[in-house]
Amino acid sequence: MNDTSHAGGAASLDVSIASKDYHSANGRPLRALEDLRLTLPAGQAGAVVGPSGCGKTTLLRLIAGLDKDYVGTIVLPEHGRLGMVFQEPRLLPWRSVIDNIRVAAPHAREDDIAALLDELGLAEHASHFPRELSLGLARRVALARALAVKPDLLLLDEPLVSLDAALARDLREMIARLIDERRITTLIVTHDLREAIALGDRLYLLSARPAHVVATIDVPAPRRALERETAERIEAQARDAFAAARAGPQRDIPSA
Amino acid sequence: MIRFISLAALLLLWQIGASLSDPRRLPGPAAVFEKIYEEAVSGGLFFNLTITLARVIAAFALAMSFGTAIGYVMGRNRLADRLLDPWLVVLLNLPALVVIVLAYVWAGLTEVAAIGAVALNKLPNAIVVVREGARALDPHLEDMAHVFRFSPAARFRNLVLPQLAPYLAAATRSGLSLVWKIVLVVELLGRSNGVGFEINMAFQLFDMRLLLAYALPFVALMLGVETFLVQPLERHVSRWRRGVSRRLDRV
Ligand SMILES: Nc1ncnc2c1ncn2[C@@H]1O[C@H](COP(=O)(O)OP(=O)(O)OP(=O)(O)O)[C@@H](O)[C@H]1O
Ligand SMILES: [Mg+2]
Repeated sequence: MNDTSHAGGAASLDVSIASKDYHSANGRPLRALEDLRLTLPAGQAGAVVGPSGCGKTTLLRLIAGLDKDYVGTIVLPEHGRLGMVFQEPRLLPWRSVIDNIRVAAPHAREDDIAALLDELGLAEHASHFPRELSLGLARRVALARALAVKPDLLLLDEPLVSLDAALARDLREMIARLIDERRITTLIVTHDLREAIALGDRLYLLSARPAHVVATIDVPAPRRALERETAERIEAQARDAFAAARAGPQRDIPSA
Repeated sequence: MIRFISLAALLLLWQIGASLSDPRRLPGPAAVFEKIYEEAVSGGLFFNLTITLARVIAAFALAMSFGTAIGYVMGRNRLADRLLDPWLVVLLNLPALVVIVLAYVWAGLTEVAAIGAVALNKLPNAIVVVREGARALDPHLEDMAHVFRFSPAARFRNLVLPQLAPYLAAATRSGLSLVWKIVLVVELLGRSNGVGFEINMAFQLFDMRLLLAYALPFVALMLGVETFLVQPLERHVSRWRRGVSRRLDRV
């Protein structure tokens, strides 16, 4: 029914999901995704924005190969080495910070790991256990772990959710810098439009469940020096697209 | 300290009881310790303790390794669970004595029958406990390991084992005491050496000094194993819960 393959050349992420159903306990299938298509060029950051509960995590799980029960095709970037930051940090509670990274990235060099910890401000926490960390720190460890494997595709599920404003801004800038410097093909999932504009080269706006892409918007480069005006224009454009999708017959929304 | 006082009180009680009764029924501590010394000097005590301990270790290792493997499979695989569960229920409800007698009848009065019978008595308990642990494995961590392509060995060492550790510790603690008690019965019924055999001899001769001279050192030995081996190991595997990393050396 489905097919996940690895593309050759300077390939990109190519998602085309006809449908994804969950089978709930009462026997009625729950359609999470329907006719969802998106393409992300190699080296770019895509940001998937959608309302709460629309199926964003589901989409990432399908791309990550954690759920193969869907109809459609997903083509991963070449080699298909994945790094992922889950919605919760999902660290091994019985391993120290540095061992969490070592275990997930057994081939990473020690000085690369040390440099990564340094860059993410985690050096002094290297020997701490996860339960000693705040959520913000644990997220950074999860990010370090995902980067340590030198991923061909980095998946971030709501990386800033539940952090206070200052921490969220710090982490957002950190993520933006890391993925820009390393040119990692990245797919970020968020319910926050501004966050998406700040992190994504390309925005994919999702409808409510069952989710499909109602509009794709390209953010002009360089994203980090985006002028306030441009950001506001994109934000307005996106809000219009969301509103149109809610109002009209959903299948007829043109892609921007 | 409190344990020490409590132990001293027990000794005192024993002494009082002994002085009030027939020394043939309940010899006093001094008489028993004298006998222990005698048996130690003759080499008999050491020999029998070693043999019994070896049986305990063999039966325990056998039961724990098979129990862990079977329990894990049953906890992870619905079909295996449904298939094996009736067997497990039968085994759980089979009296230890029946297993031992059957083993001796079918396999003769051999070492294999003895150790096998003890292991078989412990096995269902190990399976049940480990199955519980395998059912409780965190699927979120499982997904994480999948995404990061953990090797089977890495998955076992870093994911499965740490999550099963509390269950394995529980099975070990209840298992050791169960196993050594059954080993004595097995020795009494069909072996010609070991602490259980000596206790049987003492019973035949109605020699309570000899009986206690074997029983007490063996209890002490098993207490030692529990205190100096099992408990420190348990503390070691659960150290992450207490957040002592700051005291651990940085690697
Ligand atoms: N394993 C599952 N079984 C049944 N239904 C599920 C399952 N996982 C998710 N769902 C349902 O599918 C829909 C999409 O869930 P999903 O977690 O993908 O949304 P989301 O956009 O990530 O939400 P959030 O903003 O809360 O993170 C929800 O209605 C959810 O209840
Ligand atoms: Mg989600």
